[in-house]
Amino acid sequence: MQKVKQENIRNFSIIAHIDHGKSTLADRLIEKTGLLTSREMAEQVLDSMELEKERGITIKLKNVRLNYKGADGENYVLNLIDTPGHVDFNYEVSRSLAACEGALLIVDATQGVEAQTLANVYLALEQDLEIVPVINKIDLPSARPDEVKKEIEDIIGIDAENAPLISAKEGKNIESVFKEIIEKIPPPKGDKNAPLKALIFDSYYDSYKGVVAYIRVFEGSIKPGMKIRMMSNNKDFEVTEVGVTTSKQIPVDSLEAGDVGYVVAGIKNVKDARVGDTITDHENPTAEPLPGYKKVVPMVYCGIYPAEGEDFNSVREALEKLQVNDASLVFEPETSAALGYGFRCGFLGLLHMEIIQERLEREFDLNIVTTAPSVIYKVRTKKGEELSIQNPTNMPDMTEIEVMEEPIVSASIMTPTDYVGAIMELCQNRRGTFINMEYLEETRVIMHYDLPLNEVIYDFFDALKSKTRGFASLDYEFKGYKESDLVKLDILINGELVDALSIIVHRSKAYERGRKIAEKLKEEIPRHQFAIPIQAAIGSKIIARETIKALRKDVLAKCYGGDITRKKKLLEKQKEGKKRMRQIGSVEVPQEAFLSVLKYDE
Amino acid sequence: MKKIAVYIHIPFCSSKCYYCDFVSFPNMDNRIDQYINYLIKEMDMYKDILEEYTIDTIFFGGGTPSYIDEKHIGRIFEYIYSNYNSSEINEITIEANPETVTYKKLKTYKDIGINRISIGLQSTKDTILKEIGRRHTFDDFLKAYETARKAGFENINVDLIFGLPNQTVKDCIHSLDTVVALGVEHISYYSLIIEEGTLMDKWYKEGKLKLPDEDSEREMYHRAIEFLEAKGYKHYEISNFAREGFECRHNLFYWKIKPYIGFGISSHSNIGNKRFWNYKNYNEYTSSLKNGHFPVEGKEYIDENMKMIEYMIMGLRLIDGVDKKEFKDIFKVDLDDRFGMVLEKYKKQGLLTEEDGNIRFSKKGLDLSNIVYVDLLPN
Repeated sequence: MQKVKQENIRNFSIIAHIDHGKSTLADRLIEKTGLLTSREMAEQVLDSMELEKERGITIKLKNVRLNYKGADGENYVLNLIDTPGHVDFNYEVSRSLAACEGALLIVDATQGVEAQTLANVYLALEQDLEIVPVINKIDLPSARPDEVKKEIEDIIGIDAENAPLISAKEGKNIESVFKEIIEKIPPPKGDKNAPLKALIFDSYYDSYKGVVAYIRVFEGSIKPGMKIRMMSNNKDFEVTEVGVTTSKQIPVDSLEAGDVGYVVAGIKNVKDARVGDTITDHENPTAEPLPGYKKVVPMVYCGIYPAEGEDFNSVREALEKLQVNDASLVFEPETSAALGYGFRCGFLGLLHMEIIQERLEREFDLNIVTTAPSVIYKVRTKKGEELSIQNPTNMPDMTEIEVMEEPIVSASIMTPTDYVGAIMELCQNRRGTFINMEYLEETRVIMHYDLPLNEVIYDFFDALKSKTRGFASLDYEFKGYKESDLVKLDILINGELVDALSIIVHRSKAYERGRKIAEKLKEEIPRHQFAIPIQAAIGSKIIARETIKALRKDVLAKCYGGDITRKKKLLEKQKEGKKRMRQIGSVEVPQEAFLSVLKYDE
Repeated sequence: MKKIAVYIHIPFCSSKCYYCDFVSFPNMDNRIDQYINYLIKEMDMYKDILEEYTIDTIFFGGGTPSYIDEKHIGRIFEYIYSNYNSSEINEITIEANPETVTYKKLKTYKDIGINRISIGLQSTKDTILKEIGRRHTFDDFLKAYETARKAGFENINVDLIFGLPNQTVKDCIHSLDTVVALGVEHISYYSLIIEEGTLMDKWYKEGKLKLPDEDSEREMYHRAIEFLEAKGYKHYEISNFAREGFECRHNLFYWKIKPYIGFGISSHSNIGNKRFWNYKNYNEYTSSLKNGHFPVEGKEYIDENMKMIEYMIMGLRLIDGVDKKEFKDIFKVDLDDRFGMVLEKYKKQGLLTEEDGNIRFSKKGLDLSNIVYVDLLPN
């Protein structure tokens, strides 16, 4: 592997809103440096997980090392560090940005600057990164590059005069991006003879090597045989391999100050190589770790249950496997009267939750039932106990509660001025507190609200998108806890309380939610031989009721001329549907019903 | 010698009814000759297998078998009589639509040996007939019926459908009353099923069909049973009623899963442990035969366990249900040993009853038969 001088290294990220073309540009950069020919290159190299491809977003960040011969004849090493593009993964984004000296800011020439972009730009500015704006999708007829340039200058306050105008899709003007990277982004600094100081910005579990940690070396050097120490927990490991990632991982003799690469050190669990941690030399440790490390904590919880009881161990094994790669996923066993044995799982946010659910179903081929997501509520009982409630079932009786608190987030919503009214209505409806509104330009504003997290996880994003035709964008961060008048809303099916359907809601919302859930369940639960009452209740008080009428007819009347095979197929299909149901008392409830409490349908 | 039922599919039609999902081709009259040639070719390919059987029943279904010229039907019989064991045939049925029959045609049928005719009436109300794409009126039916009697048919079935768009309980009873007054021997009374891909399915999905609600639909069924039983018809299968001794022998082969063989497009066969079915596509069917291959699109082997399940599913369609002794004679296993748990469960729920060693559906069970069937299937 070719070594270059420190001043010929450029470490950079690409930041962009979802769909603004980050992955496509990354593909082009990779292609142009000849690392992979386009024929070899699978679409969107950096997004390798199947699910990421499908959703068109990056979840796990990775990096790639590109060799580039500059116009000046010098050989450069460009380390591209990919970042996840979603608010759930803000912390990871901030750590990968911390590994860079600069960032390419991709802005869609038709959409302009959006809330997510801005949030990531602020993260980059916090890290003192040099920001290089790039305007993408200029091939689209609706592109308005000049306006977008002005937007970047007005809203973000950086010079966009010479921002390259490119089309990543068509490979247009990509050379100018390289030129900007080399000219604008400063090379790394740092003394390679100082004690080792390296930042972990990602890690994953490899079944052959153990944990592989992606690192940026800030000072000193790291090589095989060396004993290293994780500064957050003082655990020591012996390095067995260091290397860089091109189209594959290539071992090198050492990584030095300024380099980006990976390290393998017999680490068995990603928990011991947490993102944001600093690696130092066991023999000759650095005095201070790199700033910014924090242990990420889950914000959203839900129950995950095997659809069929006997799969409990398979679900556990799958969660364990996912956790090896994802230190922010937490889970512990729990039981539900309705759903049997399962797990209470904690996630960074809703997207993170959905991703884990889908991976369980797809990669592990499991059939699971998920309960409605919940945030963590704080309860102080009259006896003075302090409780954290992740599962509504565990909420103490109202009479025992002195005070309850719920998590609040600071939300920023960027929107064209046309939708300000609709957004205010939505936020008000979701118990938001208006903070202020800033005009970014004449036709665009950023609105700041404090919102209860339990309202945000309840279909807020979809509601926002539909009320603003997709023009508004949302970003939020945890602010703190606030006292709130909360109640536990229970659902009874055929007179039986279904613990997996209980939710905690604000008292003012209980009636409406109860009614909607009952209506939804009426649609989702198939009719039985008998009529089934569905009730929503707070304590012993019924606040909403629906009835599923008794089934009168379930027959295959025709004879189909001896076509028993077809008849059997129709019955088998029906049986298959039945299998996906949970027996609650004498009622069979489809899995989808457990998610119906999630849907708002405004 | 073992008995077998023979089904022959005639896929031609003057037009497609809006609810029909059987394989039928309107406007393909120029292919009729060719099709009959292939049909006979197919029958010839099964000659060896059929040597072990004697034919008990023949059924011409469609499409509209009465749509094509009677000479074609004659050719088929020529083949059957001279190649298959046909000395013990008990019942030969042909389906007919009112607008397609003439005295000459019906007389020819009778002379060939056809002894049962099944007329598609569906409803006695002309407005309903029009709405479901039938090409005849009630008067056309009446003429056809009388002509059939004149031609000497003493076993006539009439097909009726209930649960049609804009149909009322009164309409249904009126239809039944009318055909009973005529003195038909057999009545098939089917619940409308909106089949995927039919014109009605399209309208249904577009919300354009005004179908009776479920309560009325069930009333149409329950009232019909009461009415026909009072008139001396035996309710012997979910959808079928007959005067004593006029039960459809051919369909009983299906319901009892006895051997049957189907010839022609899309037809199904059940011989030994094998179930197989022909191509539904005209060109696949004909080109397969042209190349000397059996025109079979798929087959299924039925093991002993599945045979028992199918025997239950089909047998329970019969109002007398499944006879435990007969089950044991066929399978050498006690019905209760094999299905006891499921049967108990549904006896408790009131869907099944047992009387004199016969397991049958209760009145409620007839309406909810799928619940039991689904539980009989293997997991």
